[in-house]
Amino acid sequence: MTSPSHLDRLEAEAIGIIRETLATAERPVLLYSIGKDSSVLLHLARKAVYPGRLPFPLLHVDTLWEFQEMGRFRDDLAQKLGLDLIVHVNREGVAAGVNPIDSGSRIHTDVMKTVALKQALDAGRYDAAFGGARRDEEKSRAKERVFSVRTRDHRWDPKSQRPEPWQLFNTLKKPGESFRVFPLSNWTELDVWAYIEREQIPVVPLYFAAERPVLWREGTWIMRDDERMPLLPGEVVQHRMVRFRTLGCYPLTGAVESTATTVPEIIAEMRASRSSERQGRLIDFDSAGSMELKKQEGYF
Amino acid sequence: MGALAAETAAPLPAAANDAAPASRSLLRFITCGSVDDGKSTLLGRLLYEAGAIPDDVIATLEADSARIGRADRGLDYSLLLDGLQAEREQGITIDVAYRYFSTARRAFIVADTPGHEQYTRNMATGASTADLAIILIDAGKGVLPQTRRHALIAAFVGVRHLVVAINKIDLVDCDAGRIRAIETAFRSAITGLAFDSVTVIPLSARDGDNLAALSPRTPWYDGPTLLGWLEAVGVDGAAGGRGFIMPVQWVNRPDAAFRGFAGTIAAGSLAVGDSVDILPSRQTARVTRIVTFDGDLQRAGAGTAVTLVLDREIDVSRGDVIVAAGTAQRAVRVRTSLDAKVLVTGQAALVPGATYLLRLGTASANATVERVVHGIDIATYEERDRASVETNELAVVRLRFDRPLAVASYAVSQGLGAFILIDKVTHETAAMGTVLGEAASAHRPRLQLVGQSFEQAMVRTYGGDWRRNLVPATTWRLGSALLLGVVVGVLTGHPGYAAAAAAADALVRPLLRHLHRGLWSRWSARREAPLAENGGGI
Repeated sequence: MTSPSHLDRLEAEAIGIIRETLATAERPVLLYSIGKDSSVLLHLARKAVYPGRLPFPLLHVDTLWEFQEMGRFRDDLAQKLGLDLIVHVNREGVAAGVNPIDSGSRIHTDVMKTVALKQALDAGRYDAAFGGARRDEEKSRAKERVFSVRTRDHRWDPKSQRPEPWQLFNTLKKPGESFRVFPLSNWTELDVWAYIEREQIPVVPLYFAAERPVLWREGTWIMRDDERMPLLPGEVVQHRMVRFRTLGCYPLTGAVESTATTVPEIIAEMRASRSSERQGRLIDFDSAGSMELKKQEGYF
Repeated sequence: MGALAAETAAPLPAAANDAAPASRSLLRFITCGSVDDGKSTLLGRLLYEAGAIPDDVIATLEADSARIGRADRGLDYSLLLDGLQAEREQGITIDVAYRYFSTARRAFIVADTPGHEQYTRNMATGASTADLAIILIDAGKGVLPQTRRHALIAAFVGVRHLVVAINKIDLVDCDAGRIRAIETAFRSAITGLAFDSVTVIPLSARDGDNLAALSPRTPWYDGPTLLGWLEAVGVDGAAGGRGFIMPVQWVNRPDAAFRGFAGTIAAGSLAVGDSVDILPSRQTARVTRIVTFDGDLQRAGAGTAVTLVLDREIDVSRGDVIVAAGTAQRAVRVRTSLDAKVLVTGQAALVPGATYLLRLGTASANATVERVVHGIDIATYEERDRASVETNELAVVRLRFDRPLAVASYAVSQGLGAFILIDKVTHETAAMGTVLGEAASAHRPRLQLVGQSFEQAMVRTYGGDWRRNLVPATTWRLGSALLLGVVVGVLTGHPGYAAAAAAADALVRPLLRHLHRGLWSRWSARREAPLAENGGGI
């Protein structure tokens, strides 16, 4: 018997984490963001429960400002796989007119993502929410546990995290408390792509380079996905070969110039790349500890 | 998923690169040392040397180095690792931070853990899944009590390979004599701890000596570079070889037609058609299918997540353990009490009489601390008498469960030999522990068993108040033996025969009587004892 490869070990570990959650939680839910990590997570969840169907719903928090292609991909996939998909929008935020253009990225992300996520989790009384976050994404995530306890208000306290020796998880919780569970904790961006290639997992085409209408703003290429985003003085829409390393609200997500149109080309490009993945996310740049603050408030 | 795949990309060509990430092996390691030892600097530098630090992160690092004010030493590599804001400001590593990097040969998962004694539990957590531990020693300071503590914790959680990084060699002018003296001191300091390998590497984390390339400053050093050793050290063979073990994690019953037992194989391998025992109930069955999403397997090995289908309807639930049938898996035993080494991770002390929720493998049970066998001084390794075990302290304790559990010693199986204890009120993880091998755990209890059986023998022989009867009983025994000796002496005229007869009468008769009673009680016990006795094999 040959020893399992790096990806085999990561896959088995993630399946083990998903099954551990199914065995210990009453109302699990999978937070589905449509991105590549979510796609891998969904694939692993289907493996974990095979030959059964997913015994929990998928939850997508829709900010109404995500790329149009993401919505199409989500709906196609849900129909094709027969998924129980819940799409939640913070209607109070919409009514208050919150949007990334006028409200700024911080308020928009807080109201339409963080608050919206809490609303949806409370409404579903979910006690365990799978997320596709990885520890290699950002410094404060490097210390996140696999089973991360959240208070009744969904807050994360980095000082009172439970030790997880030997991957033995303390899954006890008090009424109202819940877990965020991260099966991809030990995966890197490269692992995710290598696994997508190996397993032929479908991902949103925005990850592949194509000619797209973009404009240069705040040091990155922003795609003008619809007419809602006004041009600032001096800005010109150009057509360039770009792709996205992460996906989110289009006015807040930077593209990179690239010619990679297949997964192996993406992997080859990443090997040569000298930039981190979250560089394209404008919301992380507020301050060095900004992700940590967002996490404490309940953001993913 | 063909349609969607076609939408995203044309059929994918095979990977062009030989060192495809899919085929690389994985090494998990931990760095242990104190802030002053330059641990985070070492790791940051290692990531940098391996090309794992992207340009925009280096730009942030340059800004951070200037802002936090350690810029006089050049780039502060430690800032790449100290993740939480509070930690960055205080300049210490409080928690475990995980880092990922890879070279052409290996993928690495690094746990960067704090060095202070108050964070021993964090180090133990980080080390628990590590194949290798790097222990830092400041060349200017040599072996410190913390060095011994780090080695002990690494041994406690079963880390197999130790690297001793003697850092800041420039402080001792890269002097071979000084560094070899530190190595000798270290090797004698860890006497009694078992590792597969101990490798000593002199280096400078700040300057990069012997990290990725051998340093011209240490021409006398003929060992590997740190990165070279991390790529080369053997980590396979930990799983497999032994008999099959799989804790049942989750019963998969999507509909009335299918009932499978899902879990990850902890040891050994399994083929369709194999007979298995279910523990602790000791039922037997045959495996009819090994189900995975990618199709049924004929054989599956350690580390694989599978779903097993058995040939008969038996009661199997989460926490049960499926093992190779019969004598193939003797290492797993059904027990309701055992001795274990524990490290207290919670805020509260572990006290005799307290009951916790135990998680071992996938099983849960109530576990009561019967007694603290002895504490272990984490700096001197000496055994100490302890009434309770405080936070960050190590001890051997006797645990009793409220139901029988399938366990193995930690040396045999990490999956069935490691556990956590959870406080039932606060839900805090109170302790982490490893099951001791029966030989090791019997060491002290055996002395006590001798004591008990002596007491029991005296009670059986002389009654419950044997202490009060001891003097008349002894004088009678000695008196009658003396009389026999005198009679033998008179009859044979040989003082040697007289003495032998007296001695034999004094010793052999009680011994024979004791043995006779012992045999009778053992025979009757065998008839009446319940099947699932403590420590009874399978």
